Amino acid sequence: MRTSHVKFYQTGTFTVGNRLLSEDDRSVQSTLERTNSLNSGHRACQGCGEALGARYAIDAAMRATDNQLIAANATGCLEVFSTPYPETSWQIPWIHSLFGNTAAVATGVAAALRVKGRNDTRVVAQGGDGGTTDIGFGCLSGMFERNDDVLYICYDNEAYMNTGVQRSSATPPTARTATSPAKGPEPGNVFGQGKNVPMIAMAHEIPYVATASVADVRDLEAKVTRAMSIRGARYIHILVPCPLGWGSEPQHTVRLARLATESGLFPVFEAEHGEITDRRLIRRKVPVEEYLSLQKRFAHLFKPELKMDVIARLQAVADRNIRRFGLMNGGDD
Amino acid sequence: MRKPYAITLDVGSSLANLTGSWRTQRPVYVDRLPPCNATCAAGEDIQQWLFHAEEGNYETAWRSLVRDNPLAAIMGRVCYHPCEGACNRGQLDESVGINAVERFLGDEANRYGWEFEPVTAESGKRVLVIGSGPAGLSAAYHLRRLGNAVVILEAETSSGGMMRYGIPQYRLPRITIDQDVQRILAMGVELRLDHRVDDIEQTMRDGNFDACFLGVGSQLGKRAYIPAGDARRITDAVTVLHRMAGDEKPMLGRRVVVYGGGNTAVDVARTARRLGAEDSIIVYRRTRDRMPAHRDEVREAIEEGVKLKWLSTIAAADDELITVEKMELDEKGFPQPTGELETMEADALVLALGQDVDLELLSKLPDLNIVHGAVAVDGAQMTSREGVFAGGDMIGGERTVTAAVGHGKKAARAIDAYLRGVAFKQKPKHQMATYDLLNTWYYADAPKTVRPKLDIIRRQSTFDEVIGSLDEATALYEARRCMSCGNCFECDTCYGVCPDNAVIKLGPGKRFEFNYDYCKGCGLCVAECPCGAIRMEREPN
Ligand SMILES: Cc1cc2nc3c(=O)[nH]c(=O)nc-3n(C[C@H](O)[C@H](O)[C@H](O)COP(=O)(O)OP(=O)(O)OC[C@H]3O[C@@H](n4cnc5c(N)ncnc54)[C@H](O)[C@@H]3O)c2cc1C
Ligand SMILES: Cc1ncc(C[n+]2csc(CCOP(=O)(O)OP(=O)(O)O)c2C)c(N)n1
Ligand code: SF4
Ligand SMILES: [Mg+2]
Repeated sequence: MRTSHVKFYQTGTFTVGNRLLSEDDRSVQSTLERTNSLNSGHRACQGCGEALGARYAIDAAMRATDNQLIAANATGCLEVFSTPYPETSWQIPWIHSLFGNTAAVATGVAAALRVKGRNDTRVVAQGGDGGTTDIGFGCLSGMFERNDDVLYICYDNEAYMNTGVQRSSATPPTARTATSPAKGPEPGNVFGQGKNVPMIAMAHEIPYVATASVADVRDLEAKVTRAMSIRGARYIHILVPCPLGWGSEPQHTVRLARLATESGLFPVFEAEHGEITDRRLIRRKVPVEEYLSLQKRFAHLFKPELKMDVIARLQAVADRNIRRFGLMNGGDD
Repeated sequence: MRKPYAITLDVGSSLANLTGSWRTQRPVYVDRLPPCNATCAAGEDIQQWLFHAEEGNYETAWRSLVRDNPLAAIMGRVCYHPCEGACNRGQLDESVGINAVERFLGDEANRYGWEFEPVTAESGKRVLVIGSGPAGLSAAYHLRRLGNAVVILEAETSSGGMMRYGIPQYRLPRITIDQDVQRILAMGVELRLDHRVDDIEQTMRDGNFDACFLGVGSQLGKRAYIPAGDARRITDAVTVLHRMAGDEKPMLGRRVVVYGGGNTAVDVARTARRLGAEDSIIVYRRTRDRMPAHRDEVREAIEEGVKLKWLSTIAAADDELITVEKMELDEKGFPQPTGELETMEADALVLALGQDVDLELLSKLPDLNIVHGAVAVDGAQMTSREGVFAGGDMIGGERTVTAAVGHGKKAARAIDAYLRGVAFKQKPKHQMATYDLLNTWYYADAPKTVRPKLDIIRRQSTFDEVIGSLDEATALYEARRCMSCGNCFECDTCYGVCPDNAVIKLGPGKRFEFNYDYCKGCGLCVAECPCGAIRMEREPN
């Protein structure tokens, strides 16, 4: 996608940094000057994808706005692990209100800034998938519909992690959560439920919608930067693996995000005013098993016996994404 | 500080919360041994010089290379590059063209006249080197670098040993030898040509030498007993190739039969083609895949019209007829005679059955330990005679230019230690950077560059160099294909993927450090490091 044009065969453009690139072409995360908006000492689990994704995104937004940024944060792991009163990990102006009203709070902050004539200070709202796709959805849709000047970032770890892994409308089919146990004839979360919020955001025809993951920091940064160059309502949905809720090894967080995108289960794309403008091509296609088998939340698909029919249904989901978003038209970059 | 309504505590930073205490295991930066380096008989740090070449710093790259091997331009032509066979990239797409980049760097050095760094401190010791083949040159260079006065005595009228009197020009132009040797002499190494040593101890006494390195090679072509009517038609490969250095080229005739399956056999057969032989046939006891000759060279020979006759031995050679006996391989893969005979016409029969060490010179060192016709040395390259060291073909082993250079280097360091009265210690080897330790996702797909080759017609009639050089752009591309196995190349991936900002970036060339106050030991850096330069260790207690 919008990665560097310079080809370095040793590292490709896939590593976080590249000593062979000119300073201007380097990622924010590779620089000594990155803000570390989310500082050390936060209480996120080992290998937390949400902590990683949040630093990637907010550091990029800080760079794009010359550090003139205010963030509103929904309740969820991101808020709880970063800011147990009176201590905080945030090195930016940051406001927390409730679980479900972040979009509205951010809208209010943006309105206040407008009234004060401080157009150079920009606003980001952020929350988990529960706070975004479920309880905060009404406020979010309103923010979109009014085209408020806010970038909303959803860190999607596919369940309510902070309260002990309950199912959300972003939980994938078959995944085991506390409220979708691996029991009965259709173990785990059922097929045919849930919603696709990036597509719903597109239906609002807002100026900018994108998906990203912690497996490709350059792509993620490019999208945040692009979003900050636009006024009006913008939405970025970032897949952030959660070792605790997914039952995965902490060192596999980036690998899982990569497998989710390379299998086609999580399509990475960009849209403007309701139309898809670009997508991240799959580089080395993998079957969905490679992704599923590393996570205990899908263990019941493999044990006590291998459920090929269910895995085939998940593969069909991936294949549909590949078709629908054109994820395979081309080769290596 | 005035606090807002309902707020009673000051805002604190999470930095007060040392999350490193959660850790049960810790990441540690390591340098692992890349497989290319591990297989290099000259002990080059290939990954390191490629690292500099990747940045386009060719002089720095060359300087890094010549810390181990002074003969870069030569190596880039004649080394059989086992490094490329071991290269991890070979498992991803194709191995890195290490040899081609080495040649590029060696040629750049000769083109721009780069010199070795001047010797800074003299040791006051004098070392005698006998023989100016790759073993002797390498020993002389490394001894001189360490501040010793060095004199090379060479029997021939030119330097280089088998590189000049064996390896044909179409593989190694003589100007390249001259340039690489000249640079060593410019350090203050003295070379005395036409100077055959026949009494080592006497020579050492006369010249006040404190130690001696022997690198006299294996010069005597092996002979096999072949009943022959006209022995004039039988000659050996070393003699033929040696005569190529003189003004009078050997007359081999229209049909030349070469007996043997090694590199020397292939070189003679290709030389015969260039000298005008219509038929140049290699007769070999076993099958093509068992030939010790390098695969690429066999292929090039066949391209040039050299013919191969497998599973055959030569039973007799009379006038213009050679009698060949067919062989078959037994279950152990050894050729066994079948009794089936066949004849072929030949103007000349060249034996290329290997070489022996000339033991004449060594006979005056009576207690020298010789095993299977090769001089025995210990772990410090010292012979059974105190102060007399040896390396190269004369000590046996793989008998290549590369091995000879490696022996010369090791011997030089051992001699230096010996002269200083300290024990010779080699650095312990790092753990191997095997393919499974890499995260190859991060390397973009990039096929190997093909080196240009001379037009086939000119390869059959001239001694022009067959394999061409890479230009700057392709050399850079090739260097950048290196995956830097086991050694940090500062890609910032660990710095990026740490969710706890517990990786400290120290700046260009200085790599990274862990901040164990905050590292929770998740292992993401280890899993994502492309080149396997981080290891997970159990937390002490
Ligand atoms: C035809 C041929 C092709 C080859 N091709 C390759 C190749 O492509 N790649 C590769 O890696 N290897 C190749 N080799 C092998 C390689 O050339 C040798 O392994 C290497 O040259 C050995 O180096 P050395 O220093 O031990 O001995 P040499 O190169 O043989 O040098 C020994 C030197 O000592 C001198 N000398 C001997 N006795 C005395 C004395 N009494 N007094 C003074 N000087 C003396 C000799 O004149 C000679 O100059 C080839 C060999 C041959 C024969
Ligand atoms: C109105 C309300 N209901 C319930 C909660 C309890 N609660 C806090 S965080 C959370 C789940 C957060 O899930 P998500 O938004 O997906 O964020 P994550 O923790 O997974 O990052 C819940 C249910 C609350 N704070 N407020
Ligand atoms: S539960 Fe999941 S999202 Fe929450 S801190 Fe742990 S790893 Fe991160
Ligand atoms: Mg969640």
